[in-house]
Amino acid sequence: MNLEIRNGRLIDPQHGTDSRASLFISGDRIAALDQAPAGFATDRVIDASGYVVCPGLIDLGARLNSIEAELAAAVAGGVTAVVVPPDADPPLDEPELADRLVHRGAEIGKARVLPLGALTLGLKGERLAELAGLKKAGCVAFSQATQPVVDTEALLRAMEYAASFDFAVWLQPQDYWLARNGIAHEGEVANRLGLSGIPVAAETIAIATMLQLARDTGCRVHLTRLSTAAGAAQVAAAQAEGLPVSCDIGIHHLLLTENDIGFFNPHARFAPPLRSQRDRQALSDAAANGLAAICSDHTPLGADDKLLPFGEAKPGATGLELLLPLTLKWAAAAGLALPQALARITSAPAAIIGRPLAGLVPGAVADLCIFDPTAEWQVNPDNLKSRGKNSPWLGHMLTGKTQATLVNGRVVFADRDF
Amino acid sequence: MHNPQLNSDGQLSHLLTIEGLPPRILTQILDTAASFMEVSTRDVKKVPLLRGKSVFNLFFENSTRTRTTFEIAAKRLSADVINLDINRSSTAKGETLLDTIDNLCAMHANLFVVRHAASGAPYLIAEHLRRIGRDDVHVVNAGDGRHAHPTQGLLDMYTIRHYKKDFTQLCVAVVGDILHSRVARSDIHALTSLGVPEIRAIGPETLLPKHLDKLGAHVFHDMNEGLKDCDVIIMLRLQNERMNGALLPSAGEYFRHFGLTPQKLALAKPDAIVMHPGPMNRGVEIHSAVADGPQAVILPQVTFGIAVRMAVMSIVAGN
Repeated sequence: MNLEIRNGRLIDPQHGTDSRASLFISGDRIAALDQAPAGFATDRVIDASGYVVCPGLIDLGARLNSIEAELAAAVAGGVTAVVVPPDADPPLDEPELADRLVHRGAEIGKARVLPLGALTLGLKGERLAELAGLKKAGCVAFSQATQPVVDTEALLRAMEYAASFDFAVWLQPQDYWLARNGIAHEGEVANRLGLSGIPVAAETIAIATMLQLARDTGCRVHLTRLSTAAGAAQVAAAQAEGLPVSCDIGIHHLLLTENDIGFFNPHARFAPPLRSQRDRQALSDAAANGLAAICSDHTPLGADDKLLPFGEAKPGATGLELLLPLTLKWAAAAGLALPQALARITSAPAAIIGRPLAGLVPGAVADLCIFDPTAEWQVNPDNLKSRGKNSPWLGHMLTGKTQATLVNGRVVFADRDF
Repeated sequence: MHNPQLNSDGQLSHLLTIEGLPPRILTQILDTAASFMEVSTRDVKKVPLLRGKSVFNLFFENSTRTRTTFEIAAKRLSADVINLDINRSSTAKGETLLDTIDNLCAMHANLFVVRHAASGAPYLIAEHLRRIGRDDVHVVNAGDGRHAHPTQGLLDMYTIRHYKKDFTQLCVAVVGDILHSRVARSDIHALTSLGVPEIRAIGPETLLPKHLDKLGAHVFHDMNEGLKDCDVIIMLRLQNERMNGALLPSAGEYFRHFGLTPQKLALAKPDAIVMHPGPMNRGVEIHSAVADGPQAVILPQVTFGIAVRMAVMSIVAGN
């Protein structure tokens, strides 16, 4: 199959490409840019005039509760690879479970499924899971998802063990004791609404512990879902020191604050919680200057999970289909150019999972997102493919819509007939 | 921001919190309550304002006192009152809060009085009623989590107005476990809305929420300093489970530092009044000599509470 993507704006943040040209795909790979290679017989043309063509998005955090629907949602959002946290039911703590997930993903044949293995059995933070076995089954790194490792010695040993194999450990920094009763950022809004607070120190204490253990063990650490200005400053200092530390931020934390809880809006409940405007601004700066990657933290929930008082509602929002338009919204507000914005959801996450980004260069695997950067659409339950319709953006107009998504050179999503 | 307790005419349709309510509505409630005070002294203690209406007391958290005062208030307005102790019925069988509401709406409920352990639960109900188009059903918050207890706040304002007449010259101290207190939050909002110039929050740091200054209160850790020249002292109940643990070492140490004794009361103005939302822990937050003394207005608060709840129910049901 020879495919021509005609006349799009090609943006490849990693290779610094930003030009209007055609892209020629042969089989699963990019054959050429601009000029068709000799003897290229085009089978199909996708007219990308007015559209952006970029490497497929890589989402560093997406839960796949109903895997078919969520992988369809991923490609509908231009996401060609999803990193899946291990807090599924049952937790991903055995190689066979990881193996099954990877195969199921391949069978569905939409976005690539990159599981995170559980660091500890049952995510209980006590006994190590079979990390090497999980790795062999396809896990890209190891994580506790949102579960803590309360026992610091267990965390130390897990990081030592991971470091022996040069496995990366992904940790969501939140002190168990300071966060266990909290449901919102300990600030003005929580105080006013009578919601028990999670102080900033819950994050900074956990980061301090994790960084010290990274320093002592040499373990590569990726900190997930930063929520505070102070946390971002700690990571920046650790990177300056030369520690092998990276981090990501959920897209909602770049756009929303504690004030969006309004009158107990359960769609504004997140873990970690939405924090202050000052925190949001610092996180935005951290993402803009390249300290952090951006992810959707996709958490599809049933309607009943949010039809509850704020503190009883489950945290999280659907995100795979909103990652691109929300990143564009953030970038516009932060004054960031499109290539830099796309870097946060393509090349930056690729570097974190340690896979070279399939860029827009001849020979690269054709995992591509083609989107209309000016199309406006309304977020509503009917136009989300995800089973999770839970979003603080329901009813809002967003700009930027995926037109087609390719994985391995195959069109796995098209918004219309090309 | 859309205020879910006001209808499109700006009238009170639900009472969920005092925060954000215009002073004209607070005053309307207090004035209406004053007109009901006389009803309670009649031989036949009834007015027909809610005749034929059904008031459901939905108590997801136990409270005999508050439920009783709402029940009396609704009966004096001639409403039919149904008490539901939800702890022991439907939610135990897995029915959700909103399922319960739908069922009671199908029984033609007109007004829900809601007490719930989760902050914001009455908002969820009010929002649901709006979504299903039941503008004719009203919600009165009888205490949600740590968030608000607006009728208690209003009866406290009624009490202060009764004894002090003018809000704009007062110094009011709120003493004790403000962190966990929905009463304190409602009082502070009401006091600021009604123009009280000096609101003091007194307690150990473990019992004070952060950012109290943003609500307009001055924080004092030393009760002797905080009570100086106060006109009104609102004591808060200290829950048993908070007396010994990470927040406080013991009830005894708490009483020594934050209990209201005759000696400490003497630091306030000579005509200062002492209030308490009840039930009191004598010897923990308040000395019996103060609780039973001439400056205490704790029992009048209870009497005013019935008139205030009559006022609130008659106003929301009429809008």
